[in-house]
Formats: sequence, structure tokens, C-alpha cells
Amino acid sequence: MRDAGRRVTAARSYPPQIKTGPIMGTGQGPVAAQGAVLALDRIIKTFPGVTALDQVQLELHAGEVTSLIGENGAGKSTVVKILTGIYQPDGGQILLDGQPVSFPTAQAASGAGVTAIHQETVLFEELTVAENIFIGHAPRTRFGLIDTAEMRRRAGQILSSIGAEIDPGVKLKDLGIASRHLVAIGRALSVEARVVIMDEPTAALSQKEIEELYELVETLKAQGKAILFISHKFDEIFRISDRYTVFRDGQFVGAGRIDEISESDLVKMMVGRSVDQIFPKREAQVGEEVLKVVGYSHPTEFEDINFTLRRGEILGFYGLVGAGRSEFMQSLIGITKPSKGAVKLEDHVTIIRSPAEAIEAGIVYVPEDRGKQGAILDLPIFQNVTLPSLGETSNRGFIRMAEEFALTRQYTERLDLRAASLDTTVGSLSGGNQQKVVIAKWLATRPKVIILDEPTKGIDIGSKAAVHEFMSELAAEGLSVIMVSSEIPEILGMSDRVIVMREGRIAAELEGEDLTPETLVRHAAGIGVKGEAA
Amino acid sequence: MSFVKSREAILLAAIVLLLGLIATRFPAFITPHNLASVYSDTTPLMILALGQMVVILTRCIDLSVAANLALTGMVCAMINVAAPDLPVGLTILIALTMGAALGAINGLLVWKLAIPPIVVTLGTMTIFRGVIFLLSDGQWINAHEMSANFTGFPRQVILGVTVMGWIGLAVALLMALLMARTALGRSFFAVGGNPHAAVYTGLNVGRAQFLAFVISGALAGLAGYLWIARYAVAYVDIAGGFELEVVAACVIGGISIAGGVGSVLGTVLGAMFLGIVKNALPVVDISPFWQLAISGAAILIAVTFNARSGRSKGRVILKSAEHAQ
Repeated sequence: MRDAGRRVTAARSYPPQIKTGPIMGTGQGPVAAQGAVLALDRIIKTFPGVTALDQVQLELHAGEVTSLIGENGAGKSTVVKILTGIYQPDGGQILLDGQPVSFPTAQAASGAGVTAIHQETVLFEELTVAENIFIGHAPRTRFGLIDTAEMRRRAGQILSSIGAEIDPGVKLKDLGIASRHLVAIGRALSVEARVVIMDEPTAALSQKEIEELYELVETLKAQGKAILFISHKFDEIFRISDRYTVFRDGQFVGAGRIDEISESDLVKMMVGRSVDQIFPKREAQVGEEVLKVVGYSHPTEFEDINFTLRRGEILGFYGLVGAGRSEFMQSLIGITKPSKGAVKLEDHVTIIRSPAEAIEAGIVYVPEDRGKQGAILDLPIFQNVTLPSLGETSNRGFIRMAEEFALTRQYTERLDLRAASLDTTVGSLSGGNQQKVVIAKWLATRPKVIILDEPTKGIDIGSKAAVHEFMSELAAEGLSVIMVSSEIPEILGMSDRVIVMREGRIAAELEGEDLTPETLVRHAAGIGVKGEAA
Repeated sequence: MSFVKSREAILLAAIVLLLGLIATRFPAFITPHNLASVYSDTTPLMILALGQMVVILTRCIDLSVAANLALTGMVCAMINVAAPDLPVGLTILIALTMGAALGAINGLLVWKLAIPPIVVTLGTMTIFRGVIFLLSDGQWINAHEMSANFTGFPRQVILGVTVMGWIGLAVALLMALLMARTALGRSFFAVGGNPHAAVYTGLNVGRAQFLAFVISGALAGLAGYLWIARYAVAYVDIAGGFELEVVAACVIGGISIAGGVGSVLGTVLGAMFLGIVKNALPVVDISPFWQLAISGAAILIAVTFNARSGRSKGRVILKSAEHAQ
């Protein structure tokens, strides 16, 4: 039983450069070994324009912890959603005790004993602990009413089985973060769980709470549950896992026992990729200093951020999700206030207090969530584009529509925006074109610095190339670009220089030969670089 | 979008159809003279609805407009009693200023204290009514106490339409100019359409909402003077419940209650639709209680219609983004 995973360790001899397709066995029938409680066999999941999972394998064994490892976008969350019945796979099968099953709904998955503790667990503030644990499947009396006494008794049992001393009768809002987490775990265990999925369970916890969580994991293991553990933190992966599985770009890369692999080999498996991706990076003339950020700090999100940005430069910001990159950028353009710090723009030192001041100063931010934060879908294209530039298209306080159209045309033509008319509402455009409207809007303000937050997240390969090409053009014209990205190839391919953030601080500033996938991941995850951080 | 397919065109067609139906029962209703008087009668509703439109565009609601109207109207009437010779122009200026100040109270509470607009204006609605009672001691101010030029001004007829009607037209044109051609007007659409995006674009959402309440208040103040002068009476309960009719006019006029969508023309037509229904039902001998049912049905039809047209274009941008990680 314990050796069952051996058969899927083909990737151990790992030369990253020559990889051209899934390394794992193709055409050898179901790979799922006997003994795996739950296995994914050649699962495929596609979304419009994106293949999220391409024939991936995963096995979970009773009484063992399997860590699923991969960069952002590797497909980890998609796997969780397939295992919990939120997504349906487009190909391949899910095997429970070796038998093919399907989880058409979340209820079906939990009914089969697969339960998940999510990154952000949804709990109900105004309900009691017991009600939170049993919501949706509360024990009933013979009249069909909720059996409160029974529910509390069983909630108490579950909580004490995980070593939590919480009164099932108190309301959730009276509990602290750590206790809430235990309630969330209790909820996951309130169904007859055989498989427990923990998706970044330690992200919001303090060190002490993390230790308690590790103990809990041991308890669950001892109870014979199969655990899928998803984390970016290598120390905890090595501490609590029995097995690992690595995904990259939606493909299975390898799996094995954790005590048979080194940290650096694991990093290589995560980041190694084929070298056929070509980035249209031009050698730009990097000019004088345009922006200098000094000691930017925030009470909770980031601390002591210092860097300079030069004309014509593309500065990459890499880090794990939650490293504080977007939070810092939002502070830089005045959406949130820094507790300390200043910016130097060309010659004068200032603090940017509002987005309007940032635009005035020539710094614009294209947010990650373009649907929510970028375009105003009910307004026509031209009104979206001119929104931050109305001063320019107005005469004595009155907007001149002819000038609005002229300004809009100038940038939409350049971006090759396809629309029947500039009068069309943005909501009726395709996603790619909506994005072009947002970028046109910011270019029309003639910025000096443009911050692009995850500029290619969720768009197809073709559009990605167009965005990269365009970014390169902007830099060549003397615009300074800050690119926040979690995609290593993009960071490596496009940046002149990269700042790596970890837990709200700058962990490293890398350029030239220091800029490799391994150094990025090491600094971002904090592997073996303690004390050396800038 | 061409005019023929627009919401406004459909509403206009509905109004024409409604007038046609009424004409079959009571042909005199559609004489120019009668239509002009129906229009004049509807002017206060239209003015209030134009103010309400701006507020709803920014994702707020102003339930205090009718109470603002009554309070400002009462103050105008009391000033008139105290100083009968005050020029009407000055009275109108006072009404606009006072209405704007009352609106500013709503706006500040929404902006600075971030209290939900429905709660703020429900509160101020009641407070304004209470203040009228305190000011007037519950007494009425009747026609004979008001000066002739105070009550006569809105009722003067120029080119077949009352001054009140002309003022309504002027307000509509000014609002159209404001909404279409100024940065402020544009910001109301942007803030209501997507507050997050508006913030990134350098707009101050709270400030835009504040200014919307000020505009709504100023127009309510103006309507206050016109109403009191037109009906030549002021008392605590004047225009009681009228705020709901105002919101109804906006909704029928295609203003999305979710914010960000609407037009001046639509609002004007929405108000006219309600005005015609209200004036026509008595003459075609239908009980006024039916009026409520017809208004209600019109609201439901309008909302259903708006929801349907909104759904077809409300596409999710970058749907795949959420799957990317």
C-alpha cells in the first residue's frame, strides 16, 4: 500500500529543457494504483482559450498527506474544484477506490467523503459554531425540525476530535481567526470524510496556529484520512507531506515520495519549461531615473519598499499571491494610504494621495481585475477612453465630442481595437477588446509610468503575445513600465530588472545572470536565502 | 444604438398609444390646450424625477425629495407672508439654495459617514416633515395670506404654456447639457456604472454622490416653491408620498436602479407617462384607485424590460481570468 505511489515517479530523472509534453505514461491504461483512495486519471479541463488541465494524474492515499505543488496557474485550484464537484472534467476519470465515479455536484462529492477546507472559507457570522458546522445537513428530529441538542453534541465531538476546545453554542462572530479556522475544519469533517483537501490552509495563520494545524494534520492521518495539501511554502511541504505531485502549466510533471527528493529538484520541476516561448523584448535605451520610491510602508500589507525606475525600462515585480505586490501598487497610486514613505518624481519629492494625483503625476495603473476595476461596461467606448482625460477634451467646462472621438481614435487604432463604432457600449465587446479599451484609456493620459498588474492573466496565447509586443513598444518609446506578474516566463522574458517580494517586503532585486527561474522561486518562497534578503 | 430601438423610443410609442386609447373615449383630452395643461401639471414630478435620476445613476436613492419640497415650500410661503414684496426671482433663488442645503445634508451623511442612502434619506424625510410642523405649528398657510405675484408667477401663460411648464423645460435642457457635456455629468454615469473602475480613474465616488444629492435637493427646493405657489397652500403633509411617484417616473423612464444607466429624455418621458395616466383616468371615468394599479403595472413592465435588455449585454469580462490560477 505504501509503495503504491512508486509507479508514478517517472519524472525523477528530470531534465527540464527537453520537456515537450506530459512526461507521465500515455497510453498505458489507468495509472491509478491499487490502494489509492481517490485518483485522477488523465483529467482534462478546458476553458475558452485556455487548457487549465491537460491529462493530469493525482493519487491520494489513506493515512498519507500528498502535497500538490505548482506555480500560480499550474492548475491546482482547478483540480480542487474538480475533486469537490464544482467543475466537471472534460476528459479522463475520477477513481474512488479504483472505481470510476463522477461528482456532478458539490453534494455528490461530499457524499462520497471528499471534503475541502478552502483558501477563504465561507462561514456565517451570526450563526452558532454548531450551526456553521452542520449547515445544509443538520440532524433532524422526527418532526423534520433541526435537532439542536443532537447537532451541538455532534459538533462538540467533532471539535474535540481535532483538539479544539470551542463551545458549539457560541456565535461565530465571537471567535478569533484561529478558532474560526478550526470551525471550518470541523465543518469539513462533519461529513464522513475520507479525503480532506486543504488549500493553502496556513496562509492566514500565525506561527502558533500553524503548529496546531500540523498537529491536526497528524491526527487526521492517524484516523486514516487521505489528505491533499496545497501550499506554496516549502518548509511546510517537507515537514508534513508523505508524497508530492507537481503540476506545471496544467500538466502533470511528476510525483513521488517526499523523502526521496530534494528541495532544489522540486523547484526545478516546478519552474522548468520548454524554451520555445519567445518574448518580443527589445533592447530599450534605459534612460534617466523617472521614479524613486523610498521607504513605502503600510501597517499590514507591506513594509519598507525602495526602488528606482528608469525611462524605457520594464521592471518586473514577482512574488507569490499575497506577497503584497498589488497592495503596494494600489498604495503607490493613492488608493490606500501608506503609513510611511515618499516618492520622488523626476526632481520633486511628493506623496500621492489619490488616483487623480497619480494620473496628474503621470503614473497610471491597469488593474488585474479589468472587469471589475477597469472598464465601465454601460458607457460607450469613447466615454471610457476619455474618462481620465476629460480636461483635455473640454473647452470652458464643456466636453467636445469631436475631440473625444479624435483622442479615442488615436489610441484604439494603434491598439487595433475592433468595434462597429466607438459609440458601442464596452459591455458588448469581447474580453480582449475590453482590455484594449482600458489600456487605451490610460495611454490617452500620456503617462510616464504605466503599471500593468498581471497583464496577461487569463488570456489566450495569441493575445498574450500581442500584449507583450505592445509592452515592448511602449518601453522603446520611453515609457517606464512596471509589470506585476506571477508567471515566471513572462517575468524572465519581458523584464530588464525584477523585484521579488515576499510577505510584504522586497526579498531581492535581480538582473542579468542572477535572473533565473530558480532564484525567483527561491526568493519568493524564502528557500535557503534567510538573512540574505535585501 | 439607433433611436428607433432605444428605450426612449419605446416609451414614446407607449405614450402615443396611451393618448390614442384615451382619445377614443374622450377626444378632448388630446387637444393642444389640454395637453399643455397636463404637461404643466406634471412639471413638478418631472423636475423631481430629473434630480432623482442623478442620484439613482450614482447607485443611491433620495427618499427625502417630497419632504424637502414641502419644507422648502413652507419656508418660501412663510417668507412671503413676512415679506410680500420680495421679488419672485429672489424667492426662487432662496428655494434653490435651501433645497440644495437640505440635499447636501443627505450627501454628506452618505459621503462622509458612509451610511446607506436609503437609511439617510428615510431619516431626513421624517426630520424634514417634523421641521415643517415645528415651523408652522401645524397651521396651514392659505392663498389669501400669500401675495398675488408669489402665487401668480408659475401660472402665467406664455405661448400657451405656463411659466411653470417653461421652467420645467429649462431644467430638462440644463440637465441634458450637464449630463451630456460636462465632466461632472460623465462622472455620475461612471461612478454608478462601475465604482471600482471610477476610483482607479481618479474619480471620487463619494463626492460625486454628494453632488448628486445636492442637485436633487436644489431641484426639490425649486419644485417646492412652484408647488406651493401653484396650489396656493402650504401645510405639513404636502406632497406626502410623492417621492415614490418620483422614483416610479425614473424607473419607467429606464433609469437602472442598479446605477449607471439612464437618460434625461427617458426620465422626462417616464414622468409624462405617469402624468398622463393620472390626468386621464378621472376624465375617462376610471376610478383613481386604478391609477395606482396602472402605475404599479407600468413600473413592473419597465423593470422587467430593463432587466431583459440589461441581461443581453451584461457580459462577464475576462471570464477565464478566475480560472487562471
